[in-house]
Amino acid sequence: MPTMNIIEAVRDALRIEMRRDQRVVVLGEDVGKFGGVFRATSGLYDEFGADRVIDTPLAEAGIIGTAIGMALYGMRPVPEIQFGDFIFPAFDQIVNELAKFRYRSGGQYPCPVVIRTPVGGGIRGGHYHSQSPEALFIHTPGLKVVAPSNPYDAKGLLLACMRQNDPVLFMEPKRIYRASRGEVPEGEYTLEIGKAAVVREGTHCTLLAYSGMVSIAEEAAKKGEAEGVSIEVVDLRTLMPYDIDTILASVKKTGRCVVVHEAPRTCGFGAELIAAIQERAMDHLEAPILRVTGFDTPFPYTLEHEYLPNADRVLGTVRQTLEW
Amino acid sequence: MRMPKDAGDALDDEPVPATIEELQPLYRQMLAIRRMEEASAKAYSQGKIGGFLHLIIGQEAVCVGATAALRPDDYVVATYRDHGHAYAKGMTARSMLAELYGKKTGLVKGLGGSMHFFSREHNFLGGHGIVGGHVPIAAGAAFASKYRGDGRVTLCFFGEGASTIGGFAEGLALAGLWKLPVVLICENNQYSMGTPMYRSLAVEDVSMRALAHGMARDRFDGDDVLKVKQRIAIAVERARETNEPTLVEVVTYRFRGHSMSDPGLYRTKEEVEEWKRRDPLGRARSLLVELGAAEADLHALEDDVKAEIADAVGFAESSPVADEYLPYVIKE
Ligand SMILES: Cc1ncc(C[n+]2csc(CCOP(=O)(O)OP(=O)(O)O)c2C)c(N)n1
Repeated sequence: MPTMNIIEAVRDALRIEMRRDQRVVVLGEDVGKFGGVFRATSGLYDEFGADRVIDTPLAEAGIIGTAIGMALYGMRPVPEIQFGDFIFPAFDQIVNELAKFRYRSGGQYPCPVVIRTPVGGGIRGGHYHSQSPEALFIHTPGLKVVAPSNPYDAKGLLLACMRQNDPVLFMEPKRIYRASRGEVPEGEYTLEIGKAAVVREGTHCTLLAYSGMVSIAEEAAKKGEAEGVSIEVVDLRTLMPYDIDTILASVKKTGRCVVVHEAPRTCGFGAELIAAIQERAMDHLEAPILRVTGFDTPFPYTLEHEYLPNADRVLGTVRQTLEW
Repeated sequence: MRMPKDAGDALDDEPVPATIEELQPLYRQMLAIRRMEEASAKAYSQGKIGGFLHLIIGQEAVCVGATAALRPDDYVVATYRDHGHAYAKGMTARSMLAELYGKKTGLVKGLGGSMHFFSREHNFLGGHGIVGGHVPIAAGAAFASKYRGDGRVTLCFFGEGASTIGGFAEGLALAGLWKLPVVLICENNQYSMGTPMYRSLAVEDVSMRALAHGMARDRFDGDDVLKVKQRIAIAVERARETNEPTLVEVVTYRFRGHSMSDPGLYRTKEEVEEWKRRDPLGRARSLLVELGAAEADLHALEDDVKAEIADAVGFAESSPVADEYLPYVIKE
């Protein structure tokens, strides 16, 4: 099996689907000739031409808005927003238009737009090249939110997203775009949207993580093992709809849970997960569910390493739940 | 079929009257900016500066010439490519390099880095990382000065790439409707990241947008620092005296990639070399010589700039690292 990094896996999925389905087009700033700032679409312009790999002017609302129009007409646009931080000029198009189309047309117009965007910190990008805006979109009924953590999942999930009929925000972990490398099957395969994966089994505490934080959670679990702490790591993979069954099964088994995300703490996705778990599994909990998150500040330029959860912070928090 | 386009006015590249007294200080500023940016590029490649670094090398005449047309209490709003504008508005190389290094002694205490300069002391309202988002903000600042009747003018800089995003269109519409004392300066450096202008704009003359908003416009060659100063001065006076905004397009070129991580493969060596022949610094220097400036004086000036930047690098390197960020989020 070939090995790929996340960029290559994304590109592979796009190429496969564009070969298979004429309705699929890619659009965004510098996605064509330039191949995308992270090279995710490199080579697609040469293979599919300017009509299907569309360089747009700098206009995020325009990019998403035209993608919506294309989708309503039967195309399958896959717009790229260069950085998650630049999605906000298109927020209105996403929240008020894209997410509500199926509902407000009484089911006549599903809107299969898959928005790809790199998210997260770790590249010293400062305020506007580092944010993790998932909670705002999870909070928007009508959208699916998918956040893979490795190349295999990225390819299988992106293919699945392009083959279903709802709008998706597909968040790619930019910090490990190239660092995360693994075996990826050639050709097609899809992974089910809405399914988490237990990536490491354990008995003392469950770590819920996604995107760039999965590798941090795994590192914490390894460190924990050395100290006799057995940690189960669940990679959520899809954030909306999230896989409550897998989450509950793990938490009921371990009796303890810590949620890890990079985004600020208050009203972050962790808050939702904790609420959902305690509503359904209160009796199984041995300790309060804790969070390791970014802080309630803009994303820092200088103190990024302090802001981002790391294995020691995660393990320390796991210990707190064990000592409860 | 492509419609014939209104190309706007032919690009004016006639030289303007010049004196050593007027030109020399502007040459010094441009040189300092260039040396500072070269120093930051070096520090970046040594990993001492993180994230993204957008250099303005090749475009120095625009920020220097335009800012020279201002009073000290006028306002400037810039993009992420903000080092030159900040220096021209009076911030020191020390405070800027320290900011790039993420040091406590930087312009915003090391919290922002390259793209996010601010200085209340200099009425410098950023440093904006979101393209086009700052245009309405500049209109708002101009609204406030009109409201207070303080006679100040706001300059707002952006690239031609910004002219396709909503923030730009909305800022322009409001400035035109409300007659705000703002000068909107499009630094047209031919590229929006890797996209050449002809692939992003149906009409390759951004200044034409002024027509739709009943606003004055101007468009000229931006490699001549004195011309920039004199032409922007006309727009600034218009804003100050009559509250009329102006949309100005200044045609220029960036010699480097979009940011340090961009090798600029989308343009040919020949193209870049062609534009480098119009280097605003080389142009200003030969004009100074032509006007009779002594080589010895120019050398002294150049040595002085070198020393200034070396001192600033030393200051940035030896300053303490930023170590707090919680206090600046919200404060009751
Ligand atoms: C809203 C938004 N979209 C995209 C970006 C990424 N980006 C930063 S600069 C840039 C190109 C801008 O070109 P232009 O306005 O011509 O200015 P220049 O960089 O040439 O000075 C892009 C696409 C951004 N910062 N903000």
